[in-house]
Order: sequence, then structure tokens, then C-alpha cells
Amino acid sequence: MEIDVSKVDEVIDSFSGDLSQLIGILQDIQANLNYLPREALVRVSERLEIPISQVFGVATFFKAFSLTPRGRHQINVCLGTACHVRGGARILGKLERDLKIEAGGTTEDLRFTLESVRCLGCCSLGPVVVIDNDTYGRLNQEKVAKLLDQYE
Amino acid sequence: MRERLRNPENLERLRQKLQKERDPNKRRITVCAGTGCGAYGCGEIISALKKELKKRKLQQDVEIKVTGCHGFCERGPLLVINPQKLFYQKVQVEDVPEILSETIEKGNVIDRLLYVNPVTGEKIVHEDEVPFYKLQERIIFGSNGSIDPTSIEDYIAIGGYRALAKAFFDMSPEEIIESVKRSGLRGRGGGGFPTGLKWESCRKAPGEPRYVICNADEGDPGAYMDRSLLEGNPHSVLEGMVIGAYAIGSNQGHVFVRKEYPLAVQNLRIALQQAEEYGLLGEGILGTGFDFSVRINRGGGAFVCGESSALMASLEGQPGEPRAKHIHTVISGLYDKPTNLNNVETWANVPLIIDKGDQWYAQLGTEGSKGTKIFSLVGKVNNTGLVEVPMGITLREIVYDIGGGIPGGKKFKAVQTGGPSGGCIPESLLDLPVDFDRLTEVGSMMGSGGMIVMDEGNCMVDVAKYFINFLRDESCGKCTSCREGTQRMYEILDDITEGRGKRGDVELLEELGWVVAEASLCALGGTAPNPVLSTIQYFRDEYEAHIKEKRCPAGVCKALIQYTIDSELCTACGRCRKACPSDAISGAKKVPHKIDQEKCIKCGMCVESCKFDAVKVQ
Ligand SMILES: Cc1cc2nc3c(=O)[nH]c(=O)nc-3n(C[C@H](O)[C@H](O)[C@H](O)COP(=O)(O)O)c2cc1C
Ligand code: SF4
Ligand code: SF4
Ligand code: SF4
Ligand code: FES
Ligand code: FES
Repeated sequence: MEIDVSKVDEVIDSFSGDLSQLIGILQDIQANLNYLPREALVRVSERLEIPISQVFGVATFFKAFSLTPRGRHQINVCLGTACHVRGGARILGKLERDLKIEAGGTTEDLRFTLESVRCLGCCSLGPVVVIDNDTYGRLNQEKVAKLLDQYE
Repeated sequence: MRERLRNPENLERLRQKLQKERDPNKRRITVCAGTGCGAYGCGEIISALKKELKKRKLQQDVEIKVTGCHGFCERGPLLVINPQKLFYQKVQVEDVPEILSETIEKGNVIDRLLYVNPVTGEKIVHEDEVPFYKLQERIIFGSNGSIDPTSIEDYIAIGGYRALAKAFFDMSPEEIIESVKRSGLRGRGGGGFPTGLKWESCRKAPGEPRYVICNADEGDPGAYMDRSLLEGNPHSVLEGMVIGAYAIGSNQGHVFVRKEYPLAVQNLRIALQQAEEYGLLGEGILGTGFDFSVRINRGGGAFVCGESSALMASLEGQPGEPRAKHIHTVISGLYDKPTNLNNVETWANVPLIIDKGDQWYAQLGTEGSKGTKIFSLVGKVNNTGLVEVPMGITLREIVYDIGGGIPGGKKFKAVQTGGPSGGCIPESLLDLPVDFDRLTEVGSMMGSGGMIVMDEGNCMVDVAKYFINFLRDESCGKCTSCREGTQRMYEILDDITEGRGKRGDVELLEELGWVVAEASLCALGGTAPNPVLSTIQYFRDEYEAHIKEKRCPAGVCKALIQYTIDSELCTACGRCRKACPSDAISGAKKVPHKIDQEKCIKCGMCVESCKFDAVKVQ
């Protein structure tokens, strides 16, 4: 894929090319480009003057990074302990059935990527789902199904 | 414009000016804008309040204060109306005009927005009378409810940065360390290591520069106190770090924040900038020759990166794997330099110890655990939220007196503390005083402060499997014992929950647990068996029921349960039939419904949809 290298450069510049910010740099590139294309990782390794293997090492170590394209909307279902004991797995199951994908998958039309995460830090609202930047709490299977319509 | 403060007198003068401007009797509406209340739409409430005030020409007379998390997120969105301290909960946008016309303009209390004590049925009017708050000791977390986290002036007005001035001008670095040692403060990140001792080792370690790090990776799934502190009172953490850096002799700090916490990053960034403008951070702090700057680093979302050496590896731009700790990170940490890592809450305790004195601090808590601890009281409990209590309070007081007991008339089963490194504590131990040592004695841990309450509807084998699955996923894979051991334990637990459990499985789990704990490099592996071992210790009968009788007493493990409809209770309303995703339910008007076990995928939709409690799980 052709990528806009200037976007990658912009992100790196915003961190003044600071290696201790590598995770932040990769996160912002992913936020900009939707995932981490190979070309972007190569660019990061050139600009930070570190081996490409190190950039790949970090990009694959953390689950937050995706080396393949993602859906337009990101659904994160919390399976942290507090949400687990209040039935988080059933919420995930419902979304898996409705979207016909498994956790970690992306719908064919690239509308949604569905993932499970461990604790979103608002445990008293459990079970919790975050879609893009919107947090929804006190959910059940019926309520969660209704949320999806607002995301095109 | 903020003018640089060049000495403690400047700071005091600023404080007096700020206090004078802040009339405590002014009418003020405090709105919680923490992440919890945010999810319930407090943003719209704030806009509506502003609009209504303007409409009624009250902008000058009534102030709106947007704060961080108050702790009682369960009841959000929360509003506190001062000076009366009226406490309104579960407020909706539609309530806003009435709040202004009735409460603000006429001084009447709106009954339906009051909190009702679920135990006594009594309506509670004032914030400090709510049982959830009344029994807490909120020395660290209390300010969250009264200050705007994006205003350093709010923090200074309540005494902020006074401890810093005292530490810099009235104390030597050694005296600060001695004071923190005397206070008895122990690390709040999980291990409970004495903070003063850690600082001392780092100060004495050879090598320059030294680093100071704040651990805000908060990996315990079910705990969110670090988030709420950083979001709601970032300066308290920052002030602690500056004092620590001065005592240790460090000029560079880092705050390592989980990526899931964007609001914490945002508020911290604002705090750093404002502190720099006042000269409370950066070069020549408060006119002294001491420099200290802080950088924010975002984590990548790996639990193991909360471990000290793994965290430092990620800061160096490496994958976050722990390393052997023959040499401690205080001697050789970030870039192989002496590095002092403390948890968010640990840092937030420091200004208080310096300001009020270590003697005052050491009065709180128990012999071996001083001060307070913030717990994230969640799961199957009426009042969920963040609670700050003195060390030594009993579990029963937390769960029943503060938490209001178990909802829905269900029976208490266990409380899980210590996150994935901790254990499940049964009812027979509810009178246990909560402190570092007592929790370890019963096979659990203090951990970072997650406290997850479970009722009879939670299966202990499932909970053990949940944690082992988590740790198996999060193991960095470096040690065979941890990588393979957690995998094997997971498989055994999976077999048990799927009805394939065999005699001897429990003993095998115990044996494996011992090996994993003994042979692993970092504490992830070292404590990984705790959730399994503690559930075996206290809930062995549940394991036996799964293995011998192929039965899940709590009705959780799908392979061992059946959904059925009680024909006596069923009103044939048809809701479950429509909700069922696999056409497993049949029935007609006035004919009690039935579930075809062959077709049922055990999703639980029927239970959720039935209004008559007719669907039973066995
Ligand atoms: C697997 C693992 C995960 C950890 N996660 C955290 C964490 O999220 N936050 C934290 O403060 N400490 C965490 N710790 C503990 C840290 O290693 C370290 O002890 C702590 O941050 C030191 O600060 P304290 O002395 O103030 O507690 C973790 C430890 C391990 C082994
Ligand atoms: S104990 Fe587990 S997490 Fe820790 S270093 Fe070893 S493999 Fe990695
Ligand atoms: S559990 Fe799910 S599949 Fe089974 S009967 Fe109920 S709704 Fe249908
Ligand atoms: S929802 Fe309940 S009452 Fe209605 S048909 Fe189903 S089991 Fe019967
Ligand atoms: S456990 Fe789900 S938000 Fe914390
Ligand atoms: S977010 Fe409002 S009380 Fe916690």
C-alpha cells in the first residue's frame, strides 16, 4: 500500500523523535492511518535510527497494534474482572453473533472491528463496551445490540 | 497569565489571594465529569446547566465546578449543590431546568434525585450523610470532589504545593527520606515495599542521572483508582513526584500511563504545563537551583509492562519483557541508571505525609500498614465505586457498611482482592482486617486495590479459569514455567468447566501451581497460581461438584447447565421466543413455553428477556 509518509513524519516530529515515546508514536500513527502498514514501520525505524526488527518487535508485542487494516469503528468489549462477573462474556457473545465475526475480527464491509479488552477503567458501570470514544455501561445483550445503529 | 513563584512567600501570597477569591458560601453546582459519569452523559448536563444559568441571568451568582471522579460512580451522573451540600444522583438532562427553578432559585430539595439508602429505605439529602461516603477516610481522594483538575489554582487554594515548599526549604533530602520512612508508607502498586527505603537505596546508588517514574499502567482488571486520581487530582501526584525527585536527587521524571486512559493523559498534560508556568516544575523550582521535568509516556496495553523492569524496557523503546532482578532497578533501571518507580497512589500520599507530618500519618492504619488505601469496590455489590478506607478496616465493613451489601437479595460468596495475583476470600473470613500482611496470610494480596465482590451466581472455578486465562495471555513467554505452566493449568480448568474433569485434577493444579510460583522470573508468574490455589482452598466443594457430579452449582459453566422454563411461572408472553437467537423456544399464546435443549446455545437471552423469572438455570 502507498502511504502518506508525511503523516508518519508529522507524528514523529510531534514527539521530537524521542525513542522513549515509541509506543506513543506507533499509537498516533495507527490513529492516523487506521493500522500500522509496513512502510510506516520502516519509516519509523529510519527516523529513530533503530533496527526495523526492534520496531516490529514492539509493534507485535502489544495487542493494541494492528498490522492489518481495521474497521471504521472499533468496538472494545470489556472482559475485566468486574465486567466478567457481571456477564461481560455474554455481551461479547451477542456481538459476535450479530456481527458474524469473532473477537479480534473485522466485518467484511470494514464497518466494525470487534475486540475484547481487560478493563477500561470504569468498572463500577460493568459490563462496559467502548465504541470509538464512547463509553456505554450497565449493558445487557438487548441494549448492546441497539448501540450499533448509530455507527455507520 | 501565571507569574513564576520565586520563593515560598510568593506561593503563600498566591494562596491567600486565591482563597479570598473563593467564597465558600457562594452558590456552586459541582458536577462530576469523571469517566464513569461521562459515560452517563454528564457532558450534556454541564452544557444544559450553563445554558439555563444564562437564561436565568444567574451566571454571576452560581458557579459550575467540573470535577473528577467522586467515587460513587454507580450513581452517576452526580451533582453536589453548595453551600448546602445537597447530593443529587442519577441526574438526567431533563432534570436541569427544575434543579435551577426549584433548588437554586427557591431552595427546595427535589425528592426524586435524592439517594435512597437501599438498606433502610431512607432518603438522604446531604453528601456527607451518604453511608457510602460517611464511613470512608478520604485523605487522598477527598479533594477530587471539590477541585477542577484543570486548574492548578484550585489545588493551590486547598493547600497544594505547600508540602513541596516545606520539603525544599525546611528539610534536607535525608530528612525527607527519614520522614517517609517513619510514616510507614508502603507502595500501593501491589508489592507493598516500604517507600522510604526504596528512595534511600536509589539516592545512595552510584551513577548519574537518576530517574523517577510514576507507574500509571494500572493493569489490574477491575481497578481504576489510579485513573481517577490522575484524572481528578493530577497535581497531588505531581507534587509527590517533585518531592521524591528532590529527595532522591533526580532531574528527570516519567509518568507511564495506560493507553486506555486518554483523559488522564490530557489532564496530566495540562497540570505539567501549569506547574511549569508557576515555576513549580522545570528549571529552578521555587527559586532554588533544583531542576526537575516530567515526561508522559503512553503504555501499549500489556499487563506485564506494569512490572518495574518491563516498564523500563518499554520506556527504552524495547518490547516490555521483565528481566532477572539480580540487580534491583533502584541500582540499575532505566538506561541502566538508578531508577525509582512508585505507583500513582503512593506518590499522592507523599505531599500529605510531608505537610501534616509523618506522626500524624502513622496514626492511621495498622502496625505494619499505615495510612489509607483506595479500593475499587465493584462486582456484585450495591454501592460500587472507589472507596478510601483506613488500613485495618474489615472486609465486612467495606462490603456491607460502605458497599450496602449484595444486590437482588442474593447471597455473598467471595471477595477477590489483589487482581490476577490475588485470591478469593470466603464469607468465613469477612471479619479480616484489611492490610498488606493479613491479606497475604489468607492466600490473597493487597495488590493495587481491586475488590471484586461475588455472589452465589458466580462460579469459583470459572473465576479461577478467568484469571489463569488472563495470565496465560499476558505472560511474556520468557520463562518456560510461566508460559507452559499457566497454559497447562488453563487446560485443566477448561476441562473441569467443560465437564471433562477427572479425579486428581485438583491435586495436579496444586502441584503445577507450586512449580509455576517457584520457577518464574517475575511476579506475574510468581503469583499466577494464587487465584487457583485460593479458590481450591476455600471452595473445594465447587471443584468437586464440577468434576464428580458434572454440575456447576452457580449455573455459569455452559457445558454443565441447562436453561428450562418453569411452566407455573410462564405467562406465555413470547418475549423469550422472540429473543432467542437459535429458535430453541417454542410455545403459543396461553401455552407455557418450552426450550429445545438440542437447539439451545446457552446464550442467556431468554433469562434477560423474561419479566416473570420463569427461565431457570440448572
Ligand atoms: C505483572 C506485574 C504487573 C504490575 N502492574 C502494576 C501496575 O499496573 N501498576 C503499579 O503501580 N504497579 C504494578 N506492578 C508493581 C510494580 O512492579 C512495582 O512494584 C510498583 O509500581 C512499585 O511502586 P510502589 O512501590 O509504589 O508500589 C506490577 C507488577 C507485576 C509483577
Ligand atoms: S514470569 Fe512470566 S511474565 Fe514474568 S518474565 Fe517470566 S514468562 Fe514473562
Ligand atoms: S439460552 Fe439462548 S439459545 Fe438457549 S433458549 Fe435461551 S435464548 Fe435460546
Ligand atoms: S419470557 Fe418468560 S413468561 Fe414470557 S414466554 Fe418466555 S418464559 Fe414465559
Ligand atoms: S472491569 Fe470492565 S471496566 Fe474495569
Ligand atoms: S466518575 Fe463520577 S463518581 Fe466516579
